Amino acid sequence: MDFLTYLLTGIFLTPFAEMIEMPDLFFQALWDGFVSGTLYGLIALGFVLIFKASGVFNFAQPILVVLAALALISFYKMGIPAWLSVVCVLIMFYALAWLIERLILRKLVNTDGNILFMSTVALSFIIIGAAQWIFGGRPSSMIHKELGFPTGSLEWPMFGGGVYFEMLDISAAVVAVLLILTLGLFFSRTKIGRGLRAVADDPQAALSVGISLNQIWVIVWFVAGVVALVTGIFWGARSDVSFALQIIGFKALPVLIIGGFTSVPGAIVGGLMIGLGEKIFEIYWGPLLGSGVEGWFAYVIALGFLLFKPQGLFGDKIIERV
Amino acid sequence: MYFRETGQFKSKYKEELAAFPIFEDKIGIAIAAIIAFILIPLFGLPGLSYEFTISAVMIPVVIFTITTLGLNILLGFAGQISLGTAAFMGVGAYSCYKIMTIFPDLNALICVVLSGVVTAFVGTIFGLPSLRIKGFYLMVATLAAQFFLEWAFIRIPWLYNYNISGAIEVPYKEMFGIVLTGAKSEPLTRYFVCLAFLVVLTWLASNVIRGRIGRSWMMIRDMDIAAELIGVRPLTAKLSAFAFSSFYIGISGALMVFFWLGAAEVESFDINHSFTYLFMVIIGGLGSITGSYFGAILVWVVPVILKEYGKSVFGIDAFIMENFTTILLGVVMLTILIVEPHGLARIWQIAKQKLRLWPFPY
Repeated sequence: MDFLTYLLTGIFLTPFAEMIEMPDLFFQALWDGFVSGTLYGLIALGFVLIFKASGVFNFAQPILVVLAALALISFYKMGIPAWLSVVCVLIMFYALAWLIERLILRKLVNTDGNILFMSTVALSFIIIGAAQWIFGGRPSSMIHKELGFPTGSLEWPMFGGGVYFEMLDISAAVVAVLLILTLGLFFSRTKIGRGLRAVADDPQAALSVGISLNQIWVIVWFVAGVVALVTGIFWGARSDVSFALQIIGFKALPVLIIGGFTSVPGAIVGGLMIGLGEKIFEIYWGPLLGSGVEGWFAYVIALGFLLFKPQGLFGDKIIERV
Repeated sequence: MYFRETGQFKSKYKEELAAFPIFEDKIGIAIAAIIAFILIPLFGLPGLSYEFTISAVMIPVVIFTITTLGLNILLGFAGQISLGTAAFMGVGAYSCYKIMTIFPDLNALICVVLSGVVTAFVGTIFGLPSLRIKGFYLMVATLAAQFFLEWAFIRIPWLYNYNISGAIEVPYKEMFGIVLTGAKSEPLTRYFVCLAFLVVLTWLASNVIRGRIGRSWMMIRDMDIAAELIGVRPLTAKLSAFAFSSFYIGISGALMVFFWLGAAEVESFDINHSFTYLFMVIIGGLGSITGSYFGAILVWVVPVILKEYGKSVFGIDAFIMENFTTILLGVVMLTILIVEPHGLARIWQIAKQKLRLWPFPY
């Protein structure tokens, strides 16, 4: 009985009391959740872009994030100015996209989705091995200062306490919003963007009206690489750059479930929901379970969604026929 | 020429249904059994030290074959993708540990089997989402199992008996005066125990798959809605697949800790291992028992032997060898997916077909 009251107050009473008692802490948690949410959303965006255009569930996206961050740092260490090394990474990603299209995707046209998925898992093994070989396994720190992103933090007094906004987090959120707007314009206004949507809709019909599937794939993988680079810079700045970043990539999967596999706004909304949800849960309900629940809570949210809305918030409705 | 069944007449329907209806297959199995049971325990593998052969190559291969069999039942026969394999192995290992501490006098082998039963229960619970979702969505649900169980292995001290190290320590066990587990046991004894488990479990799997349950799994795999329409109950079919596969995976997890590693922490059950097991199934061939053997052997033995040769023969740094084998695994995987998506099992089948007709092209 004692245990039950402890449990019930722990679930229904104490967390809310704490929220009301210390609103500044609550807002801090909200902000932190918001920032990590945008970054989850960015990783998920990389998945969505490729899934929309080629039907490939690209498991290598988290590895691309790590690869982008590591390559950026090593280009900078080679003595290339910071912004120029960003350009170098972009060139590298274009070459990589071309290689992936030429060596893998072209050979796997018209195969089952599972096989394409497994091929990206294999690709991620190749990239992990190669990146560890070239860049070494040790974690290194991101060069966001050299890239001109502000550091330090703003303090905003509120409810007798204060909420800290890291300048870096603010710039991450701004860049993420800009990136999403640019991608939106790119998809809806440019000729290539229309081509991409056509391929996503029906690859065969797109081919028959003269859209080059191969070219589209290279572009899509390159754009996913750009998204990976942005994600890599900001995640790398928050912690060290190492292969542990890859685990964060798995967090994008529940985001996809919530937002739907084919929806760009869904990726963002899903990312925010996961980011906010897991931060709040960790701070207020985590101690009850012995903390560290951030690792799996996102998946529980996703499971809840799957039971009630399997196609996600914005995804296309799933229709099955025999 | 070498593989010809001309003149092998079946006079009873039962003979036609036998596990190995062709005489040459029986010879092949006999040769494989002689190699595994007699030649390797006597001589080891050429170029490798005997100790290394048994404890770093053969024992893990046998254990991983059981894992692959289990995952193949779920993925290849029932069509339900799972990325929680490593965590389910962890369930097997931890439950075996708990069973051994609660019943200290119980036979070690019975403990292993019981831990498989416990894992089957856990697997069934985590298999529940499969009733509503499938494909990538189910994959994410099993990822939830993976991360939740990993968390539980760290945060619930009861599971590792409140050890300070947080690891499983293998107790001393013996049967008929032979030391089975613990630091003093012979690698060869442990190898034979694992091999015995593998033989029994393979026999069980091949029979279950040919039976009513196995056929209902395959119907669900091929098209679940159609299967439901002609009277296969998805609830029983899917959950029994999860239970059966988790039983195998749990046994292999218990064997891995108690008959191979000797001690284990959470790192032995992380997501990367789940991917390795998935690779074994895919490379070997989905929906094939022989394929499970091929996959486990290729994915485990080739990197280990390459690393060992690289170290001892060519003197290459272990770090480089590690990365090289990772890349190689990826490349082999991609090649197999591109050339023959059905894995080594299909290549083996094609080779057999060619041997039947040789020297004629058709």
